[in-house]
Amino acid sequence: METVIKIKNLYFKYEKRYVLEDVNIEIKRGEYVAFIGPNGGGKSTLAKLIVGLLKPSRGSVLVFGEPPERAREKISYVPQNINFNLDLPLTVMDVALQGRLNKNKLFFNSEDKEIALKQLNRVGMESFKDRKIGDLSGGQRQRVLIARALASEPEILILDEPTASVDPKGQKEIYKILNDLNITRIVISHDVNIFFEKIDRAVYVNRKIYVHENIEPIIEKDQDHFCEVELLEYLKMFKNKREKNV
Amino acid sequence: MFDLLQNAFIASLFISVAVGVIGSYVVINRFNYLAASIAHGSYAGVGFAVYFGISILLGTTVFALLLALLLSFISFNNRSRSDTLIGVIWAVGMSIGIIFTDLTPGYNADLMSYLFGNILMVPKSDLIFMAVVDLIILISGVVFYNHILAISYDIDFAKLRGIRVGFLYTYFLILIALTVVMSVRSIGLILVIALFTIPPYISEKFTKDFKAMMFLSGVLAFVFCIAGLYISYSYDISATPAIILTASVFFFLSLFKRR
Repeated sequence: METVIKIKNLYFKYEKRYVLEDVNIEIKRGEYVAFIGPNGGGKSTLAKLIVGLLKPSRGSVLVFGEPPERAREKISYVPQNINFNLDLPLTVMDVALQGRLNKNKLFFNSEDKEIALKQLNRVGMESFKDRKIGDLSGGQRQRVLIARALASEPEILILDEPTASVDPKGQKEIYKILNDLNITRIVISHDVNIFFEKIDRAVYVNRKIYVHENIEPIIEKDQDHFCEVELLEYLKMFKNKREKNV
Repeated sequence: MFDLLQNAFIASLFISVAVGVIGSYVVINRFNYLAASIAHGSYAGVGFAVYFGISILLGTTVFALLLALLLSFISFNNRSRSDTLIGVIWAVGMSIGIIFTDLTPGYNADLMSYLFGNILMVPKSDLIFMAVVDLIILISGVVFYNHILAISYDIDFAKLRGIRVGFLYTYFLILIALTVVMSVRSIGLILVIALFTIPPYISEKFTKDFKAMMFLSGVLAFVFCIAGLYISYSYDISATPAIILTASVFFFLSLFKRR
């Protein structure tokens, strides 16, 4: 499989403090990767380095063999905070269309509108196209921002905490959308529910990274609610089983 | 008298077009403080113009544009404490303006007239300047509409789409500067800020489309100007405060509207 993102000896510091050290990873076409780890561990920073919003202090990030700013047409991004500028008179369609913009495109044509609508349809928000973006719920707004990112027709999609300010039903819908995509996906999450998804690898980011390969969902999710408490219960269950066997 | 009123009417219309478009962008980007700094700092241009005996409009235009570039540089790079710098520039500009007018021999024109304007005394040359600025603003507003709106909503995403964020940010501050300058003799440098903010603030509550917000802002600004003019004429009081207070009444009423 073709490597689409290649990070080599990457270091990054804000002011004097290194937040990322010696990061090396290659991500292949079509992979579904989770970035996990504690708050302040550098997950979002790493994502911003990949899309080119930040520049490495040392080392390199290559997207399709080029610096991220030269691969802009192939990579798209859903930001972490989705509750900004809610008073702005902007419709759902206006936001989705922003995914079609580029340096030289000043106006939208009918093809742009078609693509934006198609992506809104994919995330189930087509019927909301004339609603004001600020009037939507967090989950709905998140889906619109995913549609906006998809409207760029990227080959890589990076989402920063897409389920953070979304209710459980909305979270399920978002994971379903991501699951149905076949492009390369990187999802930043500190929500344990990410492990019920068909992710290929989990990258634990805490200044340095640790890559967990070949992840297979070991737990069947048989209930609507699942958080750290249930996870702990499962772990206890496994521990008890093992102790019995010994 | 009719001529004066006619010029005041035309000036109101031109100013309303500019503040409708530019004011809306100022409000959604929270640029009030930057706009106010340009407006106050431009007073240095008035002082220079008076001292060197050049046209007031030319003096303020040059200074306002320089300030726009300087403020763009300071605020875009998000330097820490940029708000302090912006505040200092504001005060320094005003002080320079006052000192230069003090130093001008025999100059005793009313300084207040540039701070607070007099819409009944707008010369024809100003009207032409206003028309040109309106034209620039309208063309820019159409051409860069989608790009500026994308930047206003989500600057990071706009950057990732390759939009020239830095250029548009500076360009936009220049348009603010031109709008401030064109109102120097009619509304005045200081109170024009109220026209930048009050009409768009009210309009935002009643619209879900940004084009509609700009249009309604322009209409409201025009209504406030004409109503203010009428009040000023009827009670023989200054026009600018009458306009601003009319706008303020609607501003306070709009606070009761829940969105």
